[in-house]
Amino acid sequence: MSNILAIAHKELKSYFSSPIAYIVIGFFAFVYGYFYWVMLTYFVRASLQMGQMGGPQSMNINEQLIRPLLSNVTVVVLFVMPMITMRTYAEEKRSGTIELLLTSPLTDTQIILGKFLGALALYAVMLAVTLIHIGILFIYGSPEWKPLATAYLGLFLLGASFISLGLFISSLTKNQIVAGMVTFAVFLMFWVISWAGSVSSGGWVTDLTSYLSIIDHFDDFAKGVIDTKHLVYYISFICFGLYLTARSVDTERWRG
Amino acid sequence: MIEVQHLTKRYGRLTAVEDVSFRVERGEILGFLGPNGAGKTTTMRILTGYMPATDGKATVAGFDVFDQPIEAKRRTGYLPESPPLYPDMTVGEYLTFVAKVKGVASNERKSRISSVMERTRIADMAKRHCGKLSKGYKQRVGIAQALIHNPDVLILDEPTAGLDPKQIIETRQLIKELAGDHTIVLSTHILPEVSQTCQRVVIINKGKVVAVDTPDNLTSRLRGAETMYVQVDAGGASVAPVLAQVGGVTNVSPADANGATVGYEVESEHGHDVRRELARTVVSNGWGLLELRPMRVSLEDVFLSLTTEDAPANEPAPAPAEVVNE
Repeated sequence: MSNILAIAHKELKSYFSSPIAYIVIGFFAFVYGYFYWVMLTYFVRASLQMGQMGGPQSMNINEQLIRPLLSNVTVVVLFVMPMITMRTYAEEKRSGTIELLLTSPLTDTQIILGKFLGALALYAVMLAVTLIHIGILFIYGSPEWKPLATAYLGLFLLGASFISLGLFISSLTKNQIVAGMVTFAVFLMFWVISWAGSVSSGGWVTDLTSYLSIIDHFDDFAKGVIDTKHLVYYISFICFGLYLTARSVDTERWRG
Repeated sequence: MIEVQHLTKRYGRLTAVEDVSFRVERGEILGFLGPNGAGKTTTMRILTGYMPATDGKATVAGFDVFDQPIEAKRRTGYLPESPPLYPDMTVGEYLTFVAKVKGVASNERKSRISSVMERTRIADMAKRHCGKLSKGYKQRVGIAQALIHNPDVLILDEPTAGLDPKQIIETRQLIKELAGDHTIVLSTHILPEVSQTCQRVVIINKGKVVAVDTPDNLTSRLRGAETMYVQVDAGGASVAPVLAQVGGVTNVSPADANGATVGYEVESEHGHDVRRELARTVVSNGWGLLELRPMRVSLEDVFLSLTTEDAPANEPAPAPAEVVNE
């Protein structure tokens, strides 16, 4: 365990001692802030209109503001994640530091989990930035915290899934740019795969593609529902990504 | 300390290392010598557990590198061809990280780090970023990194490559100091390095071991007979027949000529020192003796004759994978 933490600590530190962490967090905070501002303005205007017309019920801040906001955040995550994961293995392979790790008394699993946790920690910092905006909503409004917590759990699992897959793709190449582009393309495919289902006539294609779509599983979390089906999906996605990384590192070792 | 038996590594159809066997005793410095692409790095990577071998067995400090990799790695320090540094870390941070992953206990870390920094003379660089160091300092940090967990075995892949002459001398000195406490395997394609630092040499070519011996034995093995170089100013007189008369001399051939000054290569029977007689003969004939020295076969000649296909036929056949315990 201490080995895993040593690697995770090194990974997190290297994010912050290079511009990556600041660019990623800065970009994320900027785009998130923009979404927040636009949606909040819209929400305020809409609820004013509702009030004037004397509608039967006031607008629900969880349903009408936070849920669509966090759903949009997932798009930003899609763009930002490849930047976090692309260097994990590719950079170590290019600079030769992978030789240090592979000749140290560490198991492959420890190295992979260390890198995974390091990237996950950066992602957690990134999500923590958004809590500032949510905090403001708590000051001026009274959102419910429970659906908010499940939405964040969903975001966290979604990010972790991306990281595990990004780690695998990074372990395939020495080139960060290649790793980043391929990761982005693959993420995007997981995003939009359900479109294929929606244009086809239904049946098993629709079921399959919507099951595979990484974003469809997020919807229930955003609604405040923790469904085992979605938990299983994300956790198996993460495990599969980490497993593929382990296989890739091992294969690389045999090929030399 | 290190035992390698019938090690073979294939990359697809390419055989990088074939049936390599050798032993290294405790405290010894073994030189791994071979042209570029001979399989030196591959062998070292197998020994350090970076990659598995296709066939064969290797043990480090009594632990099989395939079956007990963690135990073997705990006892091995490795400096790859390019020092594995993280450019964004300072030297101090870097060594702390390496100490952690190499399993140095947390209460010993500080003292280990300062002791290796002192030993490799990088203490004043502790706050510098690894990426901003000069090549010489990078190499020293690389060696410090390999020493941090006080390993029994040190494996250094071309430790002096890319250094300036002064740094090369310092690095060799450091390596010699480290022997004794540590068993060292170093690879190089620079020949003088081997004769200066190593007690034993493994010469490897095209993935195969062509000789294992001490540097001295290797040079004397190639030298069938003693050869002297004699430079004489005889004013045009014919010198060769006179020198051939000296007892023990078997052959005299002119080597070079510069006006009246002519150089000869004088071969004599093995173990027969003809220098005194040669000098007396030249002087008593009234010629000027300008130079008289034994022609040593250099390690270069050994190396070339062992690694070149059309080697001279009279060269003693090298016994592959022979282990000489001196």
